[in-house]
Amino acid sequence: MQTTTQGIKQPPENTDFEVRSLDTICVNESKRQHPWWYNFKYMAVGIVFGVVFVKAEVISWFRIQEMFRLQSFHMYGVIGTAVVVGMISVWLIRKFNIKTIHGEKIEFHPKKFNKGQIYGGLIFGLGWALTGACPGPLFAQIGTGALVAVVILLSAIAGTWTYGYFREKLPH
Amino acid sequence: MLHILQQPWPWYVAGVLIGLIVPALLLLGNKHFGISANLRHACAACFPAGISFFRYDWKKEIWNFFFVGGILAGAVIAAQLLPDPNPVVLHPALTKELMAYGITDHSSLLPKELFSWSSLFSLRGLIMLAGGGFLVGFGARYAGGCTSGHAIMGLSDLQWPSLVATVMFMAGGFIMANLILPFILHL
Repeated sequence: MQTTTQGIKQPPENTDFEVRSLDTICVNESKRQHPWWYNFKYMAVGIVFGVVFVKAEVISWFRIQEMFRLQSFHMYGVIGTAVVVGMISVWLIRKFNIKTIHGEKIEFHPKKFNKGQIYGGLIFGLGWALTGACPGPLFAQIGTGALVAVVILLSAIAGTWTYGYFREKLPH
Repeated sequence: MLHILQQPWPWYVAGVLIGLIVPALLLLGNKHFGISANLRHACAACFPAGISFFRYDWKKEIWNFFFVGGILAGAVIAAQLLPDPNPVVLHPALTKELMAYGITDHSSLLPKELFSWSSLFSLRGLIMLAGGGFLVGFGARYAGGCTSGHAIMGLSDLQWPSLVATVMFMAGGFIMANLILPFILHL
């Protein structure tokens, strides 16, 4: 992997590929350099996502409580349908070797199992039921005007930082 | 039409649209759906503190900040242009349970008794908002992803470690909601 140098000092590359692939972090290196405003296409997708989150009440603390008490099918329906649609999409992309709109090959990377998925998953679940928000809906909660959710977001960033700090000492 | 859009959208509409995020991001730029990575990029950008886990070129991940910026903007649009005039419809058993904890306001998606600044300065609110947020951030990174990266993107790609993570997300949620949360809500 080659970092581009335009006189700017680049931070050292994180070569910890396994962790990078788990983090869905830039494992797909694009050879193409696009102007920064190309990123607005991702914002457009995000806007659709945000509207759906609010209108389908996915961001509702009440809906999450119902889900974990088996009192409603709603959230299971949302997540289940999303997974099925996602699976079919990925299958089609693989089957027909569909390229990106810029003509690049779409890449997938296998996730490696480690104990973090067990311990971390459990910890995440505890927090999910408390706040009624996973990271995506968290941003949408703020957008609906519940500004106190900014505290949840900042706490989540603090939690992420704490994980990074203690990562070497935690079982993986 | 507007009236229909203002109603809560059914699960199958939401599920299909959320599922389509996966191919949309792949086709637009080979990007993998995963939101909690943003929390890590925020650490890398603002306070890396020499920790190797936060030393990488976060500027390559700017697309994801645009993505979550879009989510925030989309929520503003939905809340301002398509507000649902009716209170949230709850399962009667949940309504009854929450009433015992003094949570009776169903006018918005988030109960005002919990999601407010005054609540934040109570022990109950502090544990739920600040404590819960901390667990979400810590757990998501420890697990290597959240509901989007594992439950949706990972399962779409048939990754069994993602299935393990998803099962544990649900297990944690069931334990908290049924066994621990009642004590916290009592505070």
